[in-house]
Amino acid sequence: MSDALLEVRNVSLAFGGVRALSEVSFDVRRREVRAIIGPNGAGKSSMLNVLNGVYHPQQGTIRFEDLEFRNMDPHRAAALGIARTFQNIALFKGMTVLDNIMTGRNLKMRCNFLQQALWLGAARREELEHRRAVEEIIDFLEIQHIRRTPVGRLPYGLQKRVELGRALAAEPKVLLLDEPMAGMNLEEKRDMCRFVLDVNDQFGTTLVLIEHDMGVVMDISDRVLVLDYGRKIADGSPQEVRADQKVIDAYLGVAHSA
Amino acid sequence: MDTFPKLLMRHALERGARPAIREKDRGIWQTWTWRRLADEVRLLAAALAAEGFKRGDHLALIGDNRPRIYAAVCAAQCLGGIPVPLYQDAAAAEMSFPIQNAEIAYALAEDQEQVDKLLEIQPQCPSLRRIYYDDPRGLRHYDQQQLMSYEKLLELGRVLLARTPSLVDEEIAKGHGSDTAAMFFTSGTTGVPKGVVLTNHALIDRSRAVAEMERLGEQDVVLAFMPPAWIGQNIFSYAQPMVAGYCICCPESPETVVNDMREIAPTYYFAPPRVFEALLTQVSVRMEDAGALKRWLYKYFMAVAKRVGTKLLEGQKVSFLERLRYGLGDLVVYGPLRNVLGMSKVRIAYTGGEAIGPDLFSFYRSLGINLKQLYGSTETSVFVCVQPDGQAKADTVGPAVAGVELGFTPQRELLIRSPGLFKEYYKNPEATREAKDAEGWFHTGDAGYVDGDGHLRIIDRAKDVGKLADGTLFAPKYLENKLKFFPYIKEAVAFGADRDRVGAFVNIDMDAVSNWAEKRNLAYSGYTDLAQSDAVYELVAGCIAQANADLACEPQLANSQIHRFLILHKELDADDGELTRTRKVRRRFIGEKYGSLVEALYNDQETVHVEAQVRYEDGRTGIFSADLKIRDAKTFAPAAAKSAA
Repeated sequence: MSDALLEVRNVSLAFGGVRALSEVSFDVRRREVRAIIGPNGAGKSSMLNVLNGVYHPQQGTIRFEDLEFRNMDPHRAAALGIARTFQNIALFKGMTVLDNIMTGRNLKMRCNFLQQALWLGAARREELEHRRAVEEIIDFLEIQHIRRTPVGRLPYGLQKRVELGRALAAEPKVLLLDEPMAGMNLEEKRDMCRFVLDVNDQFGTTLVLIEHDMGVVMDISDRVLVLDYGRKIADGSPQEVRADQKVIDAYLGVAHSA
Repeated sequence: MDTFPKLLMRHALERGARPAIREKDRGIWQTWTWRRLADEVRLLAAALAAEGFKRGDHLALIGDNRPRIYAAVCAAQCLGGIPVPLYQDAAAAEMSFPIQNAEIAYALAEDQEQVDKLLEIQPQCPSLRRIYYDDPRGLRHYDQQQLMSYEKLLELGRVLLARTPSLVDEEIAKGHGSDTAAMFFTSGTTGVPKGVVLTNHALIDRSRAVAEMERLGEQDVVLAFMPPAWIGQNIFSYAQPMVAGYCICCPESPETVVNDMREIAPTYYFAPPRVFEALLTQVSVRMEDAGALKRWLYKYFMAVAKRVGTKLLEGQKVSFLERLRYGLGDLVVYGPLRNVLGMSKVRIAYTGGEAIGPDLFSFYRSLGINLKQLYGSTETSVFVCVQPDGQAKADTVGPAVAGVELGFTPQRELLIRSPGLFKEYYKNPEATREAKDAEGWFHTGDAGYVDGDGHLRIIDRAKDVGKLADGTLFAPKYLENKLKFFPYIKEAVAFGADRDRVGAFVNIDMDAVSNWAEKRNLAYSGYTDLAQSDAVYELVAGCIAQANADLACEPQLANSQIHRFLILHKELDADDGELTRTRKVRRRFIGEKYGSLVEALYNDQETVHVEAQVRYEDGRTGIFSADLKIRDAKTFAPAAAKSAA
């Protein structure tokens, strides 16, 4: 298991009496595209929230590289190199695309408030360096034409792309994508798939994504984890998962007389 | 200085530190000086030599305007090879003809998209041995042996140049003006494309004639935003800068052109009429969204501009009061508008390739932009006629440029003799003989005449000028252009040859009409739905009635008023063969493809059912069906026209 970048062991999470996750274990290997799928309420988003420390599981451990945690917390997750995007876009609507992506560099900025306010040499150099990194991302995501456009004026598909850009700006080791293609039309989905694969290929970023579109998942993932009612019911390559009877039952329902 | 590589090397010596090419990359304009360009070309030429590229070999270039693409054009010429730029938006299948025709072995592709197309057609094009690519993105896992990155290619050049430093310069010295400089495939409104072979001499001579006429120099700046495979773009962003030493700028991406244009503020500008049309539509749409005061200012001062703007530009007499009004308008409307259009510094703007609507033409001129028309084609190295400053008329294309002779056949077909004429159609002696006769006249296929001032006036394609059943003149393009000037109409196709009256297909302009619909709270699901709504039909009928009123005032054309029209269910598209790659309508093809619709225009049907095969961008096809409405348009008796208009 030495090539696992992230490992989750026996994680259970409950909200009062509701068990969102029960004893889920899985791992994410370096540079792979790992999908988490499952019907509504299966615990997919809860799992992502555990990974980046928004939720604290009652039981189980998380290992990231050589560090083992009972609980992750969001700041530490970001500092360690875990970035994420959200199911319902969480961008600053009044700010431009450029500025939004720039906020993704926040943790990498070293200058203090005073230096920046006075625009001292160090602050200027730093700003230029970050701007260059952001421009690389803008070029990568092919959004040069909206660089100066406030995010709120953009169509949904582009906002999703900007959000991906902001997450990339942190140069994460692991990128958690919560339904990156939700609500997109076919063409937007196709573009997004290409960007996701390119991120994985070009930056070597490990990706964990939740997705509803089975076609997308089967096409782009290396391995798929299937959750149902908070339990892991299958884990393997897209082909294996697709053929798994338990997965078919979970998605299509199973006759009660059986 | 009879070849392009020699011109480049001289610029590198004379103005080595001046900018030759700028490209916006990562949000910043990066400059290549003439020296840098010359160095890159030398390296690249050596690299191609190392790859076995020889005198007479062809190099296919597929990509947008990029410094490296232009460097490759010159590198091929250094070795006596022939660059063949291909349209980057062409489908893979369209690329196989030129590659087979010229047995092309080497290609430079801009990115993965173009590489994919080349790999797709490779089974049909066995000659294609080497594919170089500029942008490596997405290509890391391609292991085809014929692929090589641009960087790696340059490395080969570096190695060879270190061993034999004078190799490229010796090859350049061997070049002659009579050598072929480039080959352009004409988009061809009919039949298969033809490779137009142009020599160094032809391109340089024409570029120089106009550069001298317009006093172009190193201080001039051009934005290159049309496909490099189009002779028009190639002249303005390769041949002419090589002659005059001006700087060309490559936009960041096709979507950023408007913004890049504003940042660069070019001094020299060339675009086909449809670009000017699109810009005007954008302005009109935005003005409709503006506040009441701004709308009023715009309306008032545009009326002033219409009255006196053109006169001022032509240096005619204008009263002091009107001058004052225009000056004020310049301050609050024209100046800012020129700035928004990126045309504040434009000294010379050309349009050509197609007729421009008179209103469209005078709109730009009245703003104080020195827009002029030119006439030419791939076969003539563009410049045949150019309007001199102060003599720009909307309905002519100007007098012949120095060195050009004009002639006409009895059928009014225009003939041209010029130093810029093409050498031949590649491997097509029959077509060459047809187009270029024994005395060296090029048969243009355009019908026209020279007016009293010595300006050439083009009416239409010679073969398209027809007659209605009653024998009166029918010039379809003239009608289509009239309709296209309305912001709501994007394309029009007129039918009427040998029929008793004229009917038309219309494509609405989605940007303008959707904005118009939004204002009226009209809901629609997409192009077809919007196009078929009654309100839009009424809107278009209004436009056509206005055009008819104009036509009624012109004695020869009064009978060509448009009686019936329909709005097509889809936008005409080059991918479906309905437009050429330069977006000219292929009237005959459309007439055949939609034969049942044309017939419906001429019987009394109210609607017509259409079932069409559509080709999606990924190459798949599907069937589409809809019922299209047909409406009558208001027409005017020739005498009643004045009062109705």
